[in-house]
Amino acid sequence: MARFAAKHLVFLLLTLFVVSFLVFALNEFSPGDVARKELGAYATQDQVDALTKRLRLDRPLLVRYAEYLGKAATGDLGYSARFKAPVKAVIWKHLANTALLAAIAFACIVPFSMVLGILAGMRESSRLDRAILLFSTLMASIPEFALGVFLASVFVVWLGWLPGTATLVAGGGWSLSAQLVLPVAVIVLFDAGYVISMIRASMVEVMQRPYIRTAVLKGLPFYRVILGHAVRNAMINPITVILLQINYLVAGVVVVETVFAYPGFGRMMLEAALFKDIALIEAGALVAVGLAVLTNILGDVAYMILDPRIRA
Amino acid sequence: MTDRLLELQDLSIAYHGLRRRRGETRVVRGLDLTLHAGEALGLVGESGCGKSTVALSIVRYLGRAGRIVGGRILFEGRDLATVDEATLRGIRGRRIAMVYQDPMASLNPVMTVGRQLMEVPMIHDRAGAAAARARALAMLGEVKLADPEAVMERYPHQLSGGQQQRIVIAMALIAEPALLIMDEPTTGLDVTVEAAVLNLVRELRRRIDSAILFISHNLATVAGVCDRIGVMYRGELVEDGPVRRIFSDPRHPYTRGLLDCLPTLGRDKRQAPLVPIPGQLEPPHVRASGCGFAGRCADVEAGRCTTRPIPLAAFDGEATHRVACVRAAELPVYARRRGDGAVSARPAAAAPVVATEHLGKVYESRRLLGRRRRSVRALSDVDLAAGRRQTLAIVGESGCGKSTLAKVLAGIETATEGRVSLDGAEVGRLGVDARGRELKRKLQMVFQNPDSTLNPSHTVGYTIGRALRRLRDRAPGDLAGGVARLLEVVRLSPEMAARMPRQLSGGEKQRVAIARALAGDPDVVVADEPVSALDVSVQAAIINLLTELQAAHGTTLVFISHDLSVVRYLADHVAVMYLGTVAELGPVERVFAPPCHPYTEALLAAVPAADPDRHGPRIVLEGPLPRPDERPRGCPFATRCPRRVGAVCDDTPPPVQRLADGHRIACHIPADELARLQASLVMIGAS
Amino acid sequence: MSTPVTADVLTVSPPAASRRRARGWWGRVARLADSTPATVGAALILVWVVVAALAPLLAPYAPNSNDLAALASTTPSRAHWLGTDHLGRDILSRIVWGARPVLVIAPLAVLGATALGSLLGLAAGYKRGWIDLVVTRSCDIVLSFPVIILYMIILTHFGSSAWNIVGVLTLTKAPIIARIVRGLTLELREREYVAAAKMRGESSLYIMLVEILPNARGPLIVDMCLRTGYNIIIIGVLGFLGIGLPPPDPDWGGMVKDTYGMMMVWPHMALFPCAAISSLVVGFNLLAVGLREIGLRD
Repeated sequence: MARFAAKHLVFLLLTLFVVSFLVFALNEFSPGDVARKELGAYATQDQVDALTKRLRLDRPLLVRYAEYLGKAATGDLGYSARFKAPVKAVIWKHLANTALLAAIAFACIVPFSMVLGILAGMRESSRLDRAILLFSTLMASIPEFALGVFLASVFVVWLGWLPGTATLVAGGGWSLSAQLVLPVAVIVLFDAGYVISMIRASMVEVMQRPYIRTAVLKGLPFYRVILGHAVRNAMINPITVILLQINYLVAGVVVVETVFAYPGFGRMMLEAALFKDIALIEAGALVAVGLAVLTNILGDVAYMILDPRIRA
Repeated sequence: MTDRLLELQDLSIAYHGLRRRRGETRVVRGLDLTLHAGEALGLVGESGCGKSTVALSIVRYLGRAGRIVGGRILFEGRDLATVDEATLRGIRGRRIAMVYQDPMASLNPVMTVGRQLMEVPMIHDRAGAAAARARALAMLGEVKLADPEAVMERYPHQLSGGQQQRIVIAMALIAEPALLIMDEPTTGLDVTVEAAVLNLVRELRRRIDSAILFISHNLATVAGVCDRIGVMYRGELVEDGPVRRIFSDPRHPYTRGLLDCLPTLGRDKRQAPLVPIPGQLEPPHVRASGCGFAGRCADVEAGRCTTRPIPLAAFDGEATHRVACVRAAELPVYARRRGDGAVSARPAAAAPVVATEHLGKVYESRRLLGRRRRSVRALSDVDLAAGRRQTLAIVGESGCGKSTLAKVLAGIETATEGRVSLDGAEVGRLGVDARGRELKRKLQMVFQNPDSTLNPSHTVGYTIGRALRRLRDRAPGDLAGGVARLLEVVRLSPEMAARMPRQLSGGEKQRVAIARALAGDPDVVVADEPVSALDVSVQAAIINLLTELQAAHGTTLVFISHDLSVVRYLADHVAVMYLGTVAELGPVERVFAPPCHPYTEALLAAVPAADPDRHGPRIVLEGPLPRPDERPRGCPFATRCPRRVGAVCDDTPPPVQRLADGHRIACHIPADELARLQASLVMIGAS
Repeated sequence: MSTPVTADVLTVSPPAASRRRARGWWGRVARLADSTPATVGAALILVWVVVAALAPLLAPYAPNSNDLAALASTTPSRAHWLGTDHLGRDILSRIVWGARPVLVIAPLAVLGATALGSLLGLAAGYKRGWIDLVVTRSCDIVLSFPVIILYMIILTHFGSSAWNIVGVLTLTKAPIIARIVRGLTLELREREYVAAAKMRGESSLYIMLVEILPNARGPLIVDMCLRTGYNIIIIGVLGFLGIGLPPPDPDWGGMVKDTYGMMMVWPHMALFPCAAISSLVVGFNLLAVGLREIGLRD
């Protein structure tokens, strides 16, 4: 068990290093670029060189990277040019907003997709299964922004029940919860489409297994066969997938955030990238990948808990 | 007259194709079968005959594609084909219980064994947890599982195959069902484990009142357990009757044919070649009018046999023996057919073509970042040799190392100790990549599983042609003739070259695999369980083919098998392996007769005999195999040997006693002592 | 020799049910008709492919030309069947022309990812050892990164031309395919026909490409359909976020980006491109579902 944890910790650190280095290198490879981005497009070459020298950007890449890591370890992630504030504060604020959205969405996605996936998979090719399959395929095929546009056109333009933006600014007359309904709905529908099909596939496979036949022929009522025997086996594989959705919920929802003007982490990264705000890009990438590896580890742990064959 | 527990009346079952365009195919037709309370009926047939379908239809578990299209299934008076779901659920598990073929797959891997057992009384008898637990523990004792308390907390993957099957049997019997259906319960288990399970079933029959429907493809297995036998062919019952009558005087040509192709322990190829059933099993949708067996029957009479469907009728006035053959009364009394052929002598011993000396193989599993390595010893100190035109058989159960031995000979693995010589050349450390073309040509392999031995994406012609190209360096344009010639050698039509493997039957695929191996005209063919996955009648044909090819080409055959009857029939010499060592080696008639190694003795005792009267002394090996990393210091068999003499067996490796004719036994007990102890063994050697 | 030859000769067995199946690739296409999702999906895709191919013939107007007169009323009318956008450009024409880049970039990226991913997966699964370690870990690293961020960073740095998009999609999708192929390879390498090939002295490359890869066809094709659908979504998303193909050429995602702000007044401008992109992806996903069903039935 300890070896398992150690192995994964090593992997986490390795991934963090590799990715952050790649991002760092990408942005700061040529010293002149950094200074130029600071000064803007109209600076003269002399000004760029002077700034380069002043910021000691002409040192080798690895040295600068090491220095960056050192500072990051102490919590100093630099200053955001776009938001005009320390990077740490900017990230925290946006991450908190995203966390709110992600938590609500995750809390909806998991039970929703589990129930539908199990109902679909337990009787393959039944009418319920075909309906759920169609639904989930449809949902997974409509891009988030299109889903947002469709839902908005119904609930905002036509019916007027919900606001069209979710800037989290209370002033517009819409409560916080009303603002969150549409973004959450879009995320849940889109993501659930994918997760439902995974769970359904796993459930269908489990239902073909001989031990389900044994359970049925023992005379167990159908609900017991499903709940007692099938579900636990069927969830072993999808668990990792479900946990990986957390990554999507944190960064991948940039589209939803853009549609509804929600000040979240993904949108922050987009603006940073468009603005070439290097410090923010690097720090944001670090956070994103750290979270990704953490969820990977969580997934493996969950797998071990669910499947006694792995524990041996 | 005991009452009728189960009556199948004119039962017909059909599967409809999964594609919209295909219609329904009848897989069971007009079956009439009766089972009385407390009786054991064996239902026997080859693959595709519908026996498992019949079993599953009784509990109405045919899946989406199958349905009952005619007839009735009367169980305790009610027609199971039409009862409602709730009643059916009440019957399943409680009045009718089932035991399956693959016990590991039939148990829920994430639930403890105890909970799976306890579910049955808790659902059917509404027992509380404590009462259910007590009953489960009692049942585990009935099926002879040691330490029931500990077993209850285990997960299925932590138990051996034999233990798992006992659990499944316990789960079936815990509700005291009136009918126990056993669907190939011992197929896939090692022969000693099978013997133990069959023993258990026999004992349980004395104590419980359940009737048993025992499904198997192996006539010999049912002979020892059942009171009556029914034989199925292509969805129809062709014969049924008391077990003794079926074996002593079968009346249907198919039953006779089956008995003719069974190798038994007393026969070998020189005395009495196997007689396979001619022709091929036709696919289920091809239906001739008249007898379903007519296309392959040696006694067929056009007109009588081929115009009208043949009913199952009582033979000779005996209501208990029924035969579906119009000529049944005209056939002579059954005598086991002996093929016509001169009894040829065993070829004289010659210089060995392939041999191993002190061969050892250790598998190391290394973790790339860790320091710990686990080593598993698969072979130790193996000395074997096989000469030209001879067949050396390697026999043993799972874990004995025979597959590893095959891989080392073939070069798929390399030896870690000792030597392997092929026609004089030392090849032990040469993996197949390192061997030159000549060496590769000289030794080829035939594998076990016909479904994975041929690449499903290549035609037959491509597969064989590729072998010709690589082993004989033929030019690509020149292959067609060679392919046709090889197909002929294995008795396949040259048209087969254009077919894909999925269009071939199991037997045909194995023939193609043999043709592929012969492409280079090898000196040695290593056959790793080549017939284990085939039906009995097909087995016989392939075995005959191998014998013929050996005689024609002078090939040395290294034949690996777990089936002692086939080995007795086919081999000149045999090596019995246990846990990676050679327990006994020698000419086959000497090894299979006293004096023999205690393990050989147990193996021979475990082989089900196709003779209901032969119930000689049964030796049941107690205890599981030692784990590969816990090998005993002394004799590897010491932990389970029924003739263990004392501490010397645990501590000291046994000496190799050399007897006459190259016969060797690795045992502490002197050979003459063994001969004396084993003199009472009845079944060995007799025909 | 002993047994009479006739007892052993096999007559040519009828090729059983397979004879009823049509041979060759036409037969495979015909089998699509057996599955409703596959038929519907293939039809949708075909419609769009035809539209894209015949764009010059089908589009009533040039995609970038402004019809200033129509700005008075941009909603669908006789002159403009789907209306115009806020710059007076005919939406129908823009949608028709917009199908082209999508139907070129997405499949190209999938082919690239499949080729690259298959090679990596085969090598990792067959050779094991350090190749496996390097490939698996690299794939894990790439996959653990939220790809949107990757796109944002790379495309804003290198610019978003069509080739860059193909490149970045290939790089990020290859690891998924590598993982799938590796899993299949691990299973298939244990098959006996692989051992038989080794015993003939076939090279590793031959075994990987000729013995193993053809048998991984089924799951791979299904995945390719899914990937294509997903790539189309991503191309749309990139356009929507403003890091897709540069304007003014019609890009469905870009069309939505420009017009969704005006949804309260003119919803049709955003709705139609959304419907276009959705229908195309639905086509690919349905096809994938259908292919999987057919594959399972065989």
